[in-house]
Amino acid sequence: MSEVKNFTLNFGPQHPAAHGVLRLILEMDGETIERADPHIGLLHRATEKLAEQRIYNQSIPYMDRLDYVSMMCNEHAYVMTIEKMLKLEVPERAQYIRVMFDEITRILNHLMWLGTHALDVGAMTVFLYCFREREDLMDLYEAVSGARMHAAYYRPGGVYRDLPDVMPKYKPNRWRSEKDLKRQNEGRDGSVLDFIENFTERFPGLIDEYETLLTDNRIWKQRTVDIGVIPPDLAKQLGFTGPMIRGSGIAWDLRRKQPYEVYDKLDFDIPVGVNGDCYDRYLVRMAEMRESNRIIKQCVDWLRENPGLVMAADQKVAPPPRAEMKEGMESLIHHFKYFTEGYSIPEGEAYAAVEHPKGEFGTYILSDGANKPYRLKIRAPGFAHLSAMDDMVKGHMLADVVAVIGTMDVVFGEIDR
Amino acid sequence: MALTDDTLQERIEDTFEEMDLSLSEQNGELTVEVEAADYIEFCTTLQQNHKFQLDQLIDLCGVDYSTYGKEDGQQWQGKRYAAVLHLLSIRLNERLRVRVFADDDEFPVIPSVIEIWKSVNWYEREAFDLFGIAFDGHPDLRRILTDYGFIGHPFRKDFPMVGNVEMRYDDLQKRVVYAPVSIKERVNTPRVIRKDNRYV
Repeated sequence: MSEVKNFTLNFGPQHPAAHGVLRLILEMDGETIERADPHIGLLHRATEKLAEQRIYNQSIPYMDRLDYVSMMCNEHAYVMTIEKMLKLEVPERAQYIRVMFDEITRILNHLMWLGTHALDVGAMTVFLYCFREREDLMDLYEAVSGARMHAAYYRPGGVYRDLPDVMPKYKPNRWRSEKDLKRQNEGRDGSVLDFIENFTERFPGLIDEYETLLTDNRIWKQRTVDIGVIPPDLAKQLGFTGPMIRGSGIAWDLRRKQPYEVYDKLDFDIPVGVNGDCYDRYLVRMAEMRESNRIIKQCVDWLRENPGLVMAADQKVAPPPRAEMKEGMESLIHHFKYFTEGYSIPEGEAYAAVEHPKGEFGTYILSDGANKPYRLKIRAPGFAHLSAMDDMVKGHMLADVVAVIGTMDVVFGEIDR
Repeated sequence: MALTDDTLQERIEDTFEEMDLSLSEQNGELTVEVEAADYIEFCTTLQQNHKFQLDQLIDLCGVDYSTYGKEDGQQWQGKRYAAVLHLLSIRLNERLRVRVFADDDEFPVIPSVIEIWKSVNWYEREAFDLFGIAFDGHPDLRRILTDYGFIGHPFRKDFPMVGNVEMRYDDLQKRVVYAPVSIKERVNTPRVIRKDNRYV
């Protein structure tokens, strides 16, 4: 018999299943993993350092680029921290809009996760289905903010503008047949709220479609059941949050436990797993999409009934309405100061966190009274989850690494920052 | 639910009478400043004592205080480097912020809490990488975010925003080379500290 020695395997950073730029050094014994050492930082852009040199509002677009599949949730944590430090009241309508878009973002994120996770494990079809629905949600982003991904829609004090009355439509051109155009413009005849409502009615049926493909699929179960099992105590030790800790059976959700915005007025459930394996986390996230759909529906109903302001009236920290700025001297001064010097935040520190689709996403701002943060720290959920890589894959086969990366829902924009 | 009616602040004051702590509350968040010498004992109690049960370490970040509250040219008087921890108790639904300053500014060392919270591993590596704070007792204190072979600690306030070196492909040498940066740092909006009387 020849002597078999351990060898190291370099996985990534260009591997398609590495979800970006993860480099894994795997110490293997045959096909079994003895030790995994993730190397991160290949997408490090020093967002926190850049923010120190910019006035507070200029950093909002950087937040979009952290976790680039759940853009508005990142912004939400950042503007919430600023509002906390300024003790700024946000109008209720803006709070509902934020909650609605947080949940749209959650669906957007989970669809991306589901598609790529399934693709990594070997199911091609789900990926195509998921991207079909993502298109509708991206159009919503575009309708409210003008950008499909990097919205910069949330601002300290509210949101940038109210929901538009018209949902944009696809226009005819020579590559689009009459029939295609009609199908693409389905549900887009009314306002943005009508389109969202139309989506929430369709979406549960679509989740059923994905579940038909995966939930009882023998190959899917063979690849995910009992893979990457994390017991509840270990999950706490490893700093897990979001679907990762709920998959291990701990019903911890900031929306319920430390409610922010209007989550305490909404009706939704917190799904939890039992075994803490990849399959349970899959089930938790699928159930979460259904709950998000319920929340969106409730928000749509409320927003229809209650028109109002979407930006705080305090003009030292929120921009004045455009029409007022054109006429009033004081508003003009406020506008000029707001967009050139910005606003100063009183000396102190604050940490605010939201239930991001991936877990607890928080920002910690330390201010010395200037118009720029002294230190901004972004607490990204993926960072803690990826650091548990070694615990999750030890003893598994090489092919399971891909399933574990998928289940962690890693996105390097937030991990490397 | 909390086991007693005492607030977190009262419980901390009761339990750690002999320690030199300074507590402050702002925006509904409690911050405790602890001496580096008491740090490990303090954290162990927070995690294990049933009165606290702060079983999750949410975040650890380094801070460089050298220009805090200062205009250009002025010097900060206190200790320069600190680590700020955000702790969470899932059972009691409470959060606590702990700040610990490193005693030495030249070679900042803070004890590692990796024996208490496993999740601190990468956070301490990050603080070491970006600020050069050494965590005593950490088993694997390597750089994490910056490039292999990077020189300096980029988040220190005296590290220039544009960096020190830039990288390009050299066609003659047929490899990637490093050279001093060719761009200058510029400030579009000056930093101003305003004492806003609404908040004082």
